[in-house]
Amino acid sequence: MGIVFNKGGLFTTVQDYGRMGYQSSGFHVCGVMDRHAFWVANLLLDNKDKEAVLEFTICGPTLYFTSDTVICITGGNFDPKINGEPVLMYHAIQVKQGDELEMGFCKSGTWGYIAFAGGLDVPLVMGSRSTDLKCGLGGLEGRKIKDGDEIEFVKSVKTLPNLKERFVEAVEYGQEEVEVRVTMGPQDDYFTEEGLKTFLNSSYTVTHECDRMGYRLDGPEIEHNELGADIVSDGIAKGAIQVPKHGKPIIMLSDRQTIGGYTKIANVISVDISKLVQCKYPQKIKFTKVSVEESQTAYHMERERLQLLNKRFIHKRFLARFFSRWKN
Amino acid sequence: MNIEYPRILPTGDRALTVEFGNEIDEKINSHLMGFINEINRLKIKGIEELVPSFRAVLIHYNPGVLSYDEICHKIKEVLANPFDDVGHRKRIVEVPVCYGNGLGPDIEHVAEHAGLSVEEVIDIHSREPYLIYMLGFQPGFPYLGGLDERIHTPRLDSPRLKLEAGSVGIGGAQTGLYPMESPGGWQIIGLTPVRCYNPDKENPIPYNAGDYIKFVPVDYEEYLRLKEIDAKGEYEFTVTEG
Repeated sequence: MGIVFNKGGLFTTVQDYGRMGYQSSGFHVCGVMDRHAFWVANLLLDNKDKEAVLEFTICGPTLYFTSDTVICITGGNFDPKINGEPVLMYHAIQVKQGDELEMGFCKSGTWGYIAFAGGLDVPLVMGSRSTDLKCGLGGLEGRKIKDGDEIEFVKSVKTLPNLKERFVEAVEYGQEEVEVRVTMGPQDDYFTEEGLKTFLNSSYTVTHECDRMGYRLDGPEIEHNELGADIVSDGIAKGAIQVPKHGKPIIMLSDRQTIGGYTKIANVISVDISKLVQCKYPQKIKFTKVSVEESQTAYHMERERLQLLNKRFIHKRFLARFFSRWKN
Repeated sequence: MNIEYPRILPTGDRALTVEFGNEIDEKINSHLMGFINEINRLKIKGIEELVPSFRAVLIHYNPGVLSYDEICHKIKEVLANPFDDVGHRKRIVEVPVCYGNGLGPDIEHVAEHAGLSVEEVIDIHSREPYLIYMLGFQPGFPYLGGLDERIHTPRLDSPRLKLEAGSVGIGGAQTGLYPMESPGGWQIIGLTPVRCYNPDKENPIPYNAGDYIKFVPVDYEEYLRLKEIDAKGEYEFTVTEG
């Protein structure tokens, strides 16, 4: 009752919402890069909203199913095929025992996700199933997936009601410049007027040096003032934009260290992290300043959209349960 | 620039930073830890996680429960009223260390550099408890203050590729220990037989920022005995309130 990896893919890990509550001891949060894709995939399967999923990049895994279940594929497009036939993303898909799901090379976006009705049965370590590669913690033995690995499902869910209704419009990732909203600070007072203008008025290019820890961008140098580029080290939030002495931004992401000593000019708002992480070389990014109030309004709007989607399914779930009881 | 502390700095839509100063100083850190105790005591709904550092704390919160204005208001309220610094209530965690004995390959060099005997280095290093300003770099890596000037020793010219988990060392004016295997450029003077990083335990790290670490010298026989106890998962750290 689970999956066997005929091919592990290039960089496939088990991830969930992240390992919260241990940053003060120096543990990385980890967790999925694209929370939006993660939430939607679980939602379409009636999973708990923090159920662990597979995350992959560049070249995805090939899975063999040892039991019937329902899956959902979201995030970047890796040309998914079941038994050689293309399948839809952002749809709940019925799979049968013996089916083979093949994820290919990444066609658009950067990070792909597969969620499973019933969840992935890897141990809960310090409240999370996320793989922490630096500490060799969580996920499958604290490492990336390799050929021949097997993972069981937490529980057997062979099918789900209303399969045809379980879909949302797929998110498309283009090549065009992406607007990313930021709130300024905490160390925006370490930059000159000119430096702040450069940051907000220039386009920055996503480089090859991008991973789960952070994205390095290239573009015009952001000028510090006389206070310089180093601070007495302090905590780093997800989406923090560090600017070291070289003046180029580095955006800190899921596997970031908990504490750092570079100035942080601004912070990407949580809603926009999903579209940021799906960008790739040589895509361009432009930062737009918003107030903290605006960033929290954006957060509420996103939550409402997801809750609305959830309600659509709660209603269906209720009807399904009602009819099954009536039939009996 | 004239800045008044403490001050609140926005850090995205889900966190904010409260700064208590701009230098590494025991008094500032003690004030900060007192503030953290107070926030923890109040159990403010919506606050998710506190990440203390030398002189600031990053507060993660849920904007679905608390808006930025609301949390700022609550923090200002806490700051406006006097709260206890933690300086007079020390929580001291004892960490046994076997100095030298082939487990601390650089201890002779540290002694030579200081113009002291190895025994004197051990005595000085293990005499006073060290304040843990913060944990970071790797899980459980403590940034300790207060190393005696006499044993300050420059780092190695070229870092070692692999330090054993539990290595205790000196890097310039700092001392500390590596809870996990790691590369590192510090002068290694000893090794602790017990794990300071154990994800299977309820508290994976035996100490917190704001606590103190006291290194307790043990001989090689005791080192082996403690290592065996720890391997069975039965070692309990000695904690005293000073």
